[in-house]
Amino acid sequence: MTGPPPLGRAGKAGRTRPPAVTRGSTRRELLVALLGLPFAAASCRRGPRRGPRVPEGEIVGASHDLGHRVRDGLVPAVPADRWTRAAVAIVGGGIAGLSAAWRLERAGFRDFVLLELEEAAGGHARSGASRVTAYPWGAHYVPAPLKEDRALVALLDEMGVLGGRDAEGEPVVREEHLCRDPEERVFFKGRWYEGLYLHAGASREDLAQLAAFRAEVDRWAAWRDAKGCRAFAIPLARSSDDPEVTRLDREGFGEWVARRGWTSPRLRWLLDYACRDDYGMRLEETSAWAGLFYFAARLRGPGAEPRPLVTWPEGNGRIAAHLLAAVRPRVRLGLAAVDVASGLEAGRPAVRIVAVDRSGAARGFVADQVVFAASQLVARHAIRDWRAAPPAHLAEIEHGSWLVANLHVRSRPREVGFPLAWDNVLRESPSLGYVVATHQAGRDHGPTVLTYYHPNCDADPRSARARLLAMDHADSAELVLADLERAHPEIRGLVERLDVMRWGHAMVRPRPGFVWGSARGARRPWRGIHFANAELSGLPLLEEALHHGVRAAEEVLAARGVPFETML
Amino acid sequence: MGRVPILFLHIFVVAACGLVYELLAGTVASYVLGDSVTQFSLVIGIYLSALGAGAWLSGFVGKDVARRFIEVELAVALLGGLSAPLLFLAFASLSWFQLVLYGTVFLVGVLVGLELPLLLRILKDELEFKDLVSRALAFDYIGALVASVLFPMLLVPRLGLVRTSLAFGILNAAVGLWATYVLADLLGRRARGLRLRAALAIGVLAAGVAKADLLTSLAEEGLFADPVVYARTTPYQRIVVTSGPAGFQLFLNGNLQLSSADEYRYHEALVHPAMAAAGSPRRVLVLGGGDGLALREVLVHPTVESVTLVDIDPAMTELSRAFPPLAELNRGALADPRVKVVNEDAMVWLEAPGPPADVAIVDFPDPNTFSLGKLYTTRFYGLLKARLAPGGAVGLQCTSPLFARRSYWCVVRTLEAAGFRVRPYQCAVPSFGVWGFALAALEPIDRPLRAPPGLRSLDDASLAALFVLPPDLAPLEAEVNRLDNQVLVRYYEAEWRRWE
Repeated sequence: MTGPPPLGRAGKAGRTRPPAVTRGSTRRELLVALLGLPFAAASCRRGPRRGPRVPEGEIVGASHDLGHRVRDGLVPAVPADRWTRAAVAIVGGGIAGLSAAWRLERAGFRDFVLLELEEAAGGHARSGASRVTAYPWGAHYVPAPLKEDRALVALLDEMGVLGGRDAEGEPVVREEHLCRDPEERVFFKGRWYEGLYLHAGASREDLAQLAAFRAEVDRWAAWRDAKGCRAFAIPLARSSDDPEVTRLDREGFGEWVARRGWTSPRLRWLLDYACRDDYGMRLEETSAWAGLFYFAARLRGPGAEPRPLVTWPEGNGRIAAHLLAAVRPRVRLGLAAVDVASGLEAGRPAVRIVAVDRSGAARGFVADQVVFAASQLVARHAIRDWRAAPPAHLAEIEHGSWLVANLHVRSRPREVGFPLAWDNVLRESPSLGYVVATHQAGRDHGPTVLTYYHPNCDADPRSARARLLAMDHADSAELVLADLERAHPEIRGLVERLDVMRWGHAMVRPRPGFVWGSARGARRPWRGIHFANAELSGLPLLEEALHHGVRAAEEVLAARGVPFETML
Repeated sequence: MGRVPILFLHIFVVAACGLVYELLAGTVASYVLGDSVTQFSLVIGIYLSALGAGAWLSGFVGKDVARRFIEVELAVALLGGLSAPLLFLAFASLSWFQLVLYGTVFLVGVLVGLELPLLLRILKDELEFKDLVSRALAFDYIGALVASVLFPMLLVPRLGLVRTSLAFGILNAAVGLWATYVLADLLGRRARGLRLRAALAIGVLAAGVAKADLLTSLAEEGLFADPVVYARTTPYQRIVVTSGPAGFQLFLNGNLQLSSADEYRYHEALVHPAMAAAGSPRRVLVLGGGDGLALREVLVHPTVESVTLVDIDPAMTELSRAFPPLAELNRGALADPRVKVVNEDAMVWLEAPGPPADVAIVDFPDPNTFSLGKLYTTRFYGLLKARLAPGGAVGLQCTSPLFARRSYWCVVRTLEAAGFRVRPYQCAVPSFGVWGFALAALEPIDRPLRAPPGLRSLDDASLAALFVLPPDLAPLEAEVNRLDNQVLVRYYEAEWRRWE
């Protein structure tokens, strides 16, 4: 680093020092680090006495009050003139419900209404926007689909995200929608490293175990059953039901890993991170089938690169907005379906729905068929016959809770090591780290929004949920800032606003035995009610929500004799 | 020797030290802030007024004059001795640098101002008043003279600013230590404590000398061969202009962007092949190139009606418009009525629809970060293609095909993958070495034959010679650079590392 480079000062943008990608700590950064020490020390000393400053912000979304009205089971009377008829009613405006509506619309069928409890549609794919950028509130990417996920391919094609097919007929995602490199980095002991797996300092044994795990994933990527089905496919409906694969669901992922003698802390961390990231669960609690699904379903075949990720500044909010735009006139927001009753109407089977709005006013809808796209948890209280006698499978559905925070920062934090990526993971934290909203837009300077994800991975989701809902804005903000402060000591000074979303019932938890267990039975329609939700797959993925929405809509179309070409 | 001559020697040393600190502050300020007239005027003014303030404050010292004198001496040794490294560090990391600068100057001045009156009071019983005043002031001014002669002739050239600062701090503290012995009878029991403090101050400053190399390099003083005449940290980059006998240089994030001695070779080669290939271009786009020098070459062409310059950093375009050396070099290009300046990321700007351009000049810094790397992707070139009018041409800087051969060909391949027809070319720019460019268009293009008249490095023959690539620059296999792989940043890093 001393002395002039060869050939005098060679180089436009030339070579008085290496590019930031190699050595993150430039002279200036070193300088600042040196100078920052006394200040940092001073602020540490000051911290406990003064108490930390809480940034401006609020707890947004997830209307627990209106949501819990459904649970209370009080059904108001609906005046006779407040009843509406529609051929089909869809309950729930998350991805599953919107997909069902979108599917009906694409078949040219428009006699339907969609009821959504929140004031915004999108469910876990909701998003927000500031002056600076749009940002996600929940799910924020999908892996580029393989051609077998026909519904998602059709949807992305309609959105203009795809640019044709490759030689093998697999869809090609346009460059601007693929997650921009650098995709991810991990913070460990004071420094950022490229990628998720910590290669720096990995022993020979660590790398051997990583290779062995990859070989195992490759083996499953190559595996086909007698019918030619892949072991792990998206949507799950295309995965093999051969016992050789499904028996993986009876075992915990941690157990499965331990049985292979894989003890490398680096490998175990990577697998645990994967479980927390996709399922909000620890390695030990996750089904081995679900754990392997995360890795193997994203491979076209053995040795292939994992499918690239498709993302937008607002995350999957882009998809939700597209689906919504197609069906907006038929969507009613801020209406909670509190009672869904199957019966006869003028001698024909019909379903009556009572819904209430925030003011408590009730409305009624009569439909031939209902697509129930809200959680089974809601169904348990809303479907009249289930209130008295809930089906057995409901007891098996478990949801994790998440805290998601959006930090509006005035500028980017200083970096030590690998530069800011899209996904920024803290290795020594229970959180998943944060994604950067402006990354995909290519805006690399100035203000941005960091979306911070923190799943509660406790073995007992109820107590975790109670703890989450007991936290106020200041508690939540402190949790987020104290965590991020490890990697970004100056983060408090950069945050202009910090909003928090508490997802009480965020993700269905694929514990051992759940995905291939009895909950699968809930996919069958029941007295004119067709169910659609990612829960029915046991995997909290947009692809599964989309699949079930489309499937339920196609069941309805078939029942009504509307001609259509299946997307499944 | 009695103590009187020794104390006059003290006055001499203290005066020299004080002046050295003042000169150091003035020099650092004019190095980093430029405009040496203003900087020296302010520093001298503040320093002199602070001397007065110190003299006035000395009136509040009642008893223990000797002890206070030594304490002040040690304080000025520490503060003055550390002032140069402190100011460099402050400049590198604080936005309120000037406050630190003038605050330091004022404090040093106050402390030095305290010293002489205190010493006079110590000596008042040993000499007659007329002798005391005449000799004290004489030694004071001689000290200043010696310092002001030594500073430019010996100290700065031999020791540099940081070491000079520390060395004079040590001298100052050593004199303080000596004074504890000379004035031992006046100090009594306190002498030991003062000696301990003096030793501590000398230790701190000596440690500073030992680490002076580190401090110097940290403080950027060693980074540039020539004095810094302008420096500013913007949200996007650090801009530094240095000035030396061969002209001035512009650095962004410590990387040389241009040297006024030979930049014409680079900018003529960058601009004129594309302008010639497009025939009679009317609407021109300059992406990057906030220095206004590509713009200068574009405006040479009389057919040009409008130019849009897109550079992310308003501080850079403002510097090019208003900073005299740069504005002279670009011949006031940014003030030309045909020019419109947009301060936005070029890629974000291209994503919005806009009018077509006959020529686009692409002049970004080399792809050494991911945020620069994105400006060399198929996505970026695809957006650029959509902005190009039929028959239009693009001229791009593509790093060095000699030092970073695979990176160079990666840019060419990426342009081709985006649908451009490309003609690679190169020219020698002494400050950079062999430099690479590309001429790109939507249709197959012949290499241009005619250079506009009046250029310094290009005529028809040398224009043709640009397109001759010697065998050591011949194509290498390279992947296409995409937003989702950013291979170019990785190639570039690996290749330039070999030349470090």
